[in-house]
Amino acid sequence: MSDTPVISCKSLYKVFGLDDVALERGGQDIEQMIEANPALVPAVRDVTLDVAKGEILVVMGLSGSGKSTLVRCLSRLHESSSGEVLIEGENILKMKEKELIELRRNKMGMVFQSFGLLPHRTVLENIAFPLQMRGMKAKDYVQRARDMITLVDLDGKENNFPRELSGGQQQRVGIARSLAVEPDIWFLDEPFSALDPLIRREMQDEFLRLQSMLNKTIVFITHDFDEALRLSDRIAVMKDGRVEQVGTPQEIVMDPQTDYVRKFTNDVPREKILMARSIMEPQAEGDELADRPVQHDDVINTIAEYVLGQPLAVPVLRDGNMVGVLHPKHVLEVLFPTQAQAAE
Amino acid sequence: MKQLLLHGLPSDKRLKGVLSVLGLVGLFLLLKAFGLLPQFLDELPQHLETSSIDNQGNDIVYTELVPFDLYLNSFFDFIRYEMGIDTVSRFISKQIKELITVFNSLLLGGRLAFGFSGLLWAALVIGVGFAGYAVKGWKTALLVGGSVLALALFSGTAQEAMNSVSDTLFGTHKRLKISGLPWVGITAIAFILGYFLKGWKMALLAAGTLGYVAVFGMWKYTMETMALLMAAVPISIIIGLVLGIMAYRRKSVERALLPIMNIAQTLPHFAYLVPVVVFFGIGYQTGVIATIIFAVPPMVRLTMLGLQKVPKEIVDAGRMSGCSKMQLLFRVQLPTARNEIMLGVNQVIMQCLAMVVIAAFIGASGLGYRLLFKLQSLKLGQSVEIGIAIVLLAIVLDRLSYAWAEKTRDYTADKPFLQRYRFGLFVIGAVIMSVLLAKIWPSLNEMPKDGTVTYYKSWDALIDFIVIYFDAPLDAFKGFMVLHVLTPLRDALLYMPYVAVMILIGGLGLVLGGLYSAALTVSFFIFIALAGWWDKAMITAYMVLFAVLICVVIGVPLGIWASRNERRAARVLTWCDTFQTFPSFIYLLPVIMLFQVNDLSAIISVIVYAMIPAIRYTVEGLKNVPAELHEAVTMAGCSRRQRLVQLELPVAMPHIMLGINQTTMFAFSMVIIAAFIGTIDLGQQIFKALSETNVGKGLVLGLCVSFMALSVDHLITRWAREKRALLGLD
Repeated sequence: MSDTPVISCKSLYKVFGLDDVALERGGQDIEQMIEANPALVPAVRDVTLDVAKGEILVVMGLSGSGKSTLVRCLSRLHESSSGEVLIEGENILKMKEKELIELRRNKMGMVFQSFGLLPHRTVLENIAFPLQMRGMKAKDYVQRARDMITLVDLDGKENNFPRELSGGQQQRVGIARSLAVEPDIWFLDEPFSALDPLIRREMQDEFLRLQSMLNKTIVFITHDFDEALRLSDRIAVMKDGRVEQVGTPQEIVMDPQTDYVRKFTNDVPREKILMARSIMEPQAEGDELADRPVQHDDVINTIAEYVLGQPLAVPVLRDGNMVGVLHPKHVLEVLFPTQAQAAE
Repeated sequence: MKQLLLHGLPSDKRLKGVLSVLGLVGLFLLLKAFGLLPQFLDELPQHLETSSIDNQGNDIVYTELVPFDLYLNSFFDFIRYEMGIDTVSRFISKQIKELITVFNSLLLGGRLAFGFSGLLWAALVIGVGFAGYAVKGWKTALLVGGSVLALALFSGTAQEAMNSVSDTLFGTHKRLKISGLPWVGITAIAFILGYFLKGWKMALLAAGTLGYVAVFGMWKYTMETMALLMAAVPISIIIGLVLGIMAYRRKSVERALLPIMNIAQTLPHFAYLVPVVVFFGIGYQTGVIATIIFAVPPMVRLTMLGLQKVPKEIVDAGRMSGCSKMQLLFRVQLPTARNEIMLGVNQVIMQCLAMVVIAAFIGASGLGYRLLFKLQSLKLGQSVEIGIAIVLLAIVLDRLSYAWAEKTRDYTADKPFLQRYRFGLFVIGAVIMSVLLAKIWPSLNEMPKDGTVTYYKSWDALIDFIVIYFDAPLDAFKGFMVLHVLTPLRDALLYMPYVAVMILIGGLGLVLGGLYSAALTVSFFIFIALAGWWDKAMITAYMVLFAVLICVVIGVPLGIWASRNERRAARVLTWCDTFQTFPSFIYLLPVIMLFQVNDLSAIISVIVYAMIPAIRYTVEGLKNVPAELHEAVTMAGCSRRQRLVQLELPVAMPHIMLGINQTTMFAFSMVIIAAFIGTIDLGQQIFKALSETNVGKGLVLGLCVSFMALSVDHLITRWAREKRALLGLD
């Protein structure tokens, strides 16, 4: 069971301009149709992705790359043109309206870029909204909504209306609402893009804190490469509706597979982004270990000096267990990527 | 060539295009001057004024080319008698009449204890059931709907029972009567409402207005008007909401509704009255029905607009929260669109008031009827007092409903009972108190006749004074205008060969919007030509043309002047708002006082009424020039005058043109109303059709006006839209 991905989409297409739902298109190849008809706008093209349970997949792309459309196809806010979307093995594109509503009421939560809060409802009522839609009793949903308010640290704001809150607070409400039904799957569509840089940073920390407690399966959309590197387990880089590359942050940064991806990775100050775990390797035979270990999520530039001055392999710990070792050459590769490549 | 047919001329060639159209028109005029124009291109056969429905079976002489009115009449006869629409319309008429009676007896006292009409009960059952379904689901819907239905049946039986009891006790004609709310009670409610919505000032204005009508002896008429409003407004809102939602959901409904609404909004008020009278008969309920038809389009528009403006993310958020379609509509989309919908409610109230006043012509009781009655007998002093009451009522209703629309909801769920429901409690308290007090002092219940005052004699004296002392200059002005401006202009338009007018209109359409626009506008005018109302239409056109010209010449500079200063602009906009709420009929009053009844006063009233949008849009257009552009040209070293000419006017021009468009629409609607004080154009004919209850004729005439207005509207809005896109303002 744990092997089957929670979310999985297979050669998914969303082409604007095609008539509504046309999943079966009698033999006609959709790529040919797109090429033949310039009026069609392919927003998502042949996307195949799996998201495992508890994984954070960040979909990164610039505006117009189709990333928001993709997440809306995964939640079936948009009807896809072709392909399939499996949620826990079930194709949601074949679901009836009723089943879909059930799925959303119990399994999915979504956070929006401009928050999507209902202006006529208070914070508490906004958070309780999905619970009310489920038909929960008043006493229960008020209790649950209050718990969520505490979770996102908004105590005392229960009876405020969205217009009375700052952007960061509004997005906390959005997050609380999306988590109120205890979904397994959490979609976040550029949740922090509308916020100021400082607040954004704070909310990213908040997000990581929540995820460490809740362990959801997450699809996170962003146009900010730094954010993607910071939050993701894996990144999918999108361009013109296609996925250019999928991989862990270190794979993306260390081994960009297309010119487009490389453009992003070129300017990345790798030593500030990559963590010990991204460049470590398993302990080899005969590696002697240094006394002082580093943590798996230590950023390279904070430990570079120590590792470079260390003749022995530096152990990397995660929750107290050793998960790999670092050699000075690993750090050098990060600090001077072009030289390292040339030397090879 | 293809470009010309599809989109009209590109903007750099437009001037040339317009000039060549004008040249062509000039050519036709020259031909006519030299007697070279054949008769059939010059004049059209006209509808004979003497022809009318003849009950004696005499021959009726029609000389128009196509008797549209006869077609329409037989069409209406067909659907009335053959298709049985008459039964339906009579049923509706009866229901609405009952509904008005309920409100009337609530406000003024009268027969029947709690006789809710069948229609009202049906609406209640459906409404409550729908709400129940939206909130909880089918079970709740059935439960509440069923219980209301049971209540309806029971109360019907109960009412029958009570009636039979009262019949045996007091005889058939002395049914149980209820006394209406005391006037102090209603005034107190107005005060409380004003206070809760806006504060002390609003409270005083609302209560003061009702006090005024009570003291000046117009209580009864005001309450009659209010009863009509109370019947018309909710029905209009519900119909508008339902149609708006349907149009939002289905493109096909929107496509079907849009042209109907366009015609409905440009069709003159009186043209509505004719078919309504034919279907529903004369009486106050007919006034309400006409009012409803008139007030629905803005509600539909604003509902649609509001729903379209709901951010996509909020809808997505609702869907991701697991809303069903109904839940999404009632709990996400409609509440989020609240502002526009409430604005629609405000519009409905104001449209209803305007129409209820005009519906006096078909027997709607109330203030409008009094005003009409007094005006017809030229009792100007009393008319002024009624006019003031109508104006005050308009202001109060507008401000109250606007304040309601603006009011943001407070969170009250965790406040104690008394605070949560204090508004309702205050109202109940006021009602109980006033009823009790009225038992002790009857004059609080109904203003005694000798308790009322009137100053109509002073008003009359003032009018006499004006007439006596300003007669000479006013007369000279009147004479000059009529002799040297109006008559020549009218004759000039009448002199134009109809072909030349068609070429002018079609040519402008072609230049501005391509073949489609040309075909549309020309076919509108062909309808007028074929219907045989060409000359009358030209007279209407000349009055509108002249009025719009004056409005632009005065209004636009006035708007520019006002916009030069923030505070002045705000004040002018407030004035425009206020004047716009007055029912158009009111504008006739001061004009009659100064100029008596003639062509000139009709045109002046049109000018006064139609000036408002010209000023308003100019101010708005200039104010909305982006601040950044302002700063940019100031830094480029522009003087104030240069800034106005080089930046502000060009950028604001599309909006100003929309204002001129509105001015034209207002002028068309007012010119028909002004027929009341004697013009000899389409309006006068519509009045005739109304008195003859000739549906076909009335509608054809109405369509003539509507089509002229729509042609102008089409050309201007098309131009403005294109220009806006060109300036990148959208």
